[in-house]
Amino acid sequence: MKAQLEITGMSMTFPTPKGPFVALEDVNLKVARGEFVSLIGHSGCGKSTVLNVVAGLYRATRGGVVVKGREVSEPGPDRAVVFQNHSLLPWLTAYENVELAVKQVFGPRSPAPRSKKEIREWVEHNLRLVHMDHAMHKRPDEISGGMKQRVGIARALAMQPDILLMDEPFGALDALTRAHMQDALMEIQAELNNTVIMITHDVDEAVLLSDRIVMMTNGPAATIGEILKVDLPRPRNRLALAEDPDYNHLRSEVLRFLYEKQRKVEPLKPARSQGSASKNTESAA
Amino acid sequence: MSRVITLFRNTLALEGQPGAGLNQWISRITLPLAGIAVFLMLWSFAARQIDTSLGAFPGPQAVATQFVNLYNEHVAEREKEAAFYERQEKRNAARVAEDPDYVPKIRPYTGKETFLDQIGTSLVTVMSGFLLGALLAIPLGIAIGLSPTLSQAVNPVIQVFKPVSPLAWLPLVTMVVSALYVSDDPLVSKSFLNSMITVTLCCLWPMVVNTSVGVASVDKDLVNVSRVLKLSTLRHVQKIVLPSAIPMIFTGMRLSLGVAWMVLIAAEMLAQNPGLGKFVWDEFQNGSSQSLSRIMAAVLVIGFIGFLLDRSMLWLQRRASWDKSVATS
Repeated sequence: MKAQLEITGMSMTFPTPKGPFVALEDVNLKVARGEFVSLIGHSGCGKSTVLNVVAGLYRATRGGVVVKGREVSEPGPDRAVVFQNHSLLPWLTAYENVELAVKQVFGPRSPAPRSKKEIREWVEHNLRLVHMDHAMHKRPDEISGGMKQRVGIARALAMQPDILLMDEPFGALDALTRAHMQDALMEIQAELNNTVIMITHDVDEAVLLSDRIVMMTNGPAATIGEILKVDLPRPRNRLALAEDPDYNHLRSEVLRFLYEKQRKVEPLKPARSQGSASKNTESAA
Repeated sequence: MSRVITLFRNTLALEGQPGAGLNQWISRITLPLAGIAVFLMLWSFAARQIDTSLGAFPGPQAVATQFVNLYNEHVAEREKEAAFYERQEKRNAARVAEDPDYVPKIRPYTGKETFLDQIGTSLVTVMSGFLLGALLAIPLGIAIGLSPTLSQAVNPVIQVFKPVSPLAWLPLVTMVVSALYVSDDPLVSKSFLNSMITVTLCCLWPMVVNTSVGVASVDKDLVNVSRVLKLSTLRHVQKIVLPSAIPMIFTGMRLSLGVAWMVLIAAEMLAQNPGLGKFVWDEFQNGSSQSLSRIMAAVLVIGFIGFLLDRSMLWLQRRASWDKSVATS
């Protein structure tokens, strides 16, 4: 397996008023081209920190990330991020949001310039891919949460990234919309064969979508606990899988890790005993 | 006071749902009218109780009469002006007929400004001062918002100058303008410059503060989007920072325009810029039996124009802003 992305000895320490807070300790992971990996773990375990370091938005305190043989030192469109809360520019239409990204990657001053017509077609193509072509001239406040998230995905895909990073992309959606979006994502991934790293809280989502599930231990000093290989055949159908013994076995493996091995005892009232330290993990996670 | 309430209520009513029923329509019209009627009654009652050295305090009727007078004076003045130019033309034509080499001269009319002219002068002055202020304040606000270092350095200066009254600035401005603005053929009069610069100095601060806050409080997620897209600094400001700061910039501009109009009247009084402020001051100095009612007429006009200025800024804000929730009255 030739790794497209390699995380080596990644540690992350955040300075807090109460002294340094170790969020991640020695995370190692290799991801192959076209692989779909999900990161799962309890909140505050540093999943988002891993993703942000891969994206280049944070710099690891120790260790680092190598993508296609080059160390990650800053963010870039080769590692497109789908943000948890869509992060579309509210003053631009869906089309213009995607166009901004496309012009940045394929504009006249880019290494691979495309003509105006090609750019327009590429924007429309990506919006069609996420089934948003009917509402592409609407602004974010005129479309639903699921639609916004689709535009966010279209924007990320349109950059033709080496790696697609998704931070709980469907976390804010209702269950039906989420299922729909998962199916759409599987379709797109089957077609484009993107390398994807996705953070999720949802066990079913992780098993359904992933080739491997990376399960993280609880913070502080979180790291990778176990990696579960999901070798269910593709294309996967959620209805057929619901009664598949392999699927259910994998599902219970993840559940066992989360609720037996890494059981997190949280008080009913989230008393902030750790103060700013735990707050910091939250914002980092 | 109750006039203010009336206008306020009027404003609220205008912002109601478009599909409102007939009842709501009636109350939308009758309530403000009732408010105005009560106010007029109170005013005319109170006016009769107050005696000044210039006669009784003007009631609504006296003021209404003055409105008519002021308009008639304006019309009369314009007729005089037209007649003046006509006479000149006739005389010139006659001289040219006598002596074909004669080059006719046209002398400008030097009659006094009418009330309507003064309104025009005030509007031009306030808009010039306001636009100059915006031209300085918005770029400065953007710079301060983008750079926390600059913000910390400039903040004490802003905080000190923000609450300064226009009357304190004016003598300084007057002296500086007379020292620096020396020209044989001045484009604009000194009194205009004095009032305008005073307006600029006073309406700068709300725009600087609001712009810098708007620029500094760009959503962190959008900043991350910009970083992932690798937008250059210029494109980042142009595509992310400015659009997201637009609602705050307009809020600042609206506040500033309100300040500018208030300041202008005081500045014109002292600088003798031929606008509404000078009108009020001249009438006060004049001290005729009509003076108070003419001043009262000016007060109403000043208030009404201020209201219109605010409405037009609000309209502009709604047109320009993507975030409609910000631009509520």
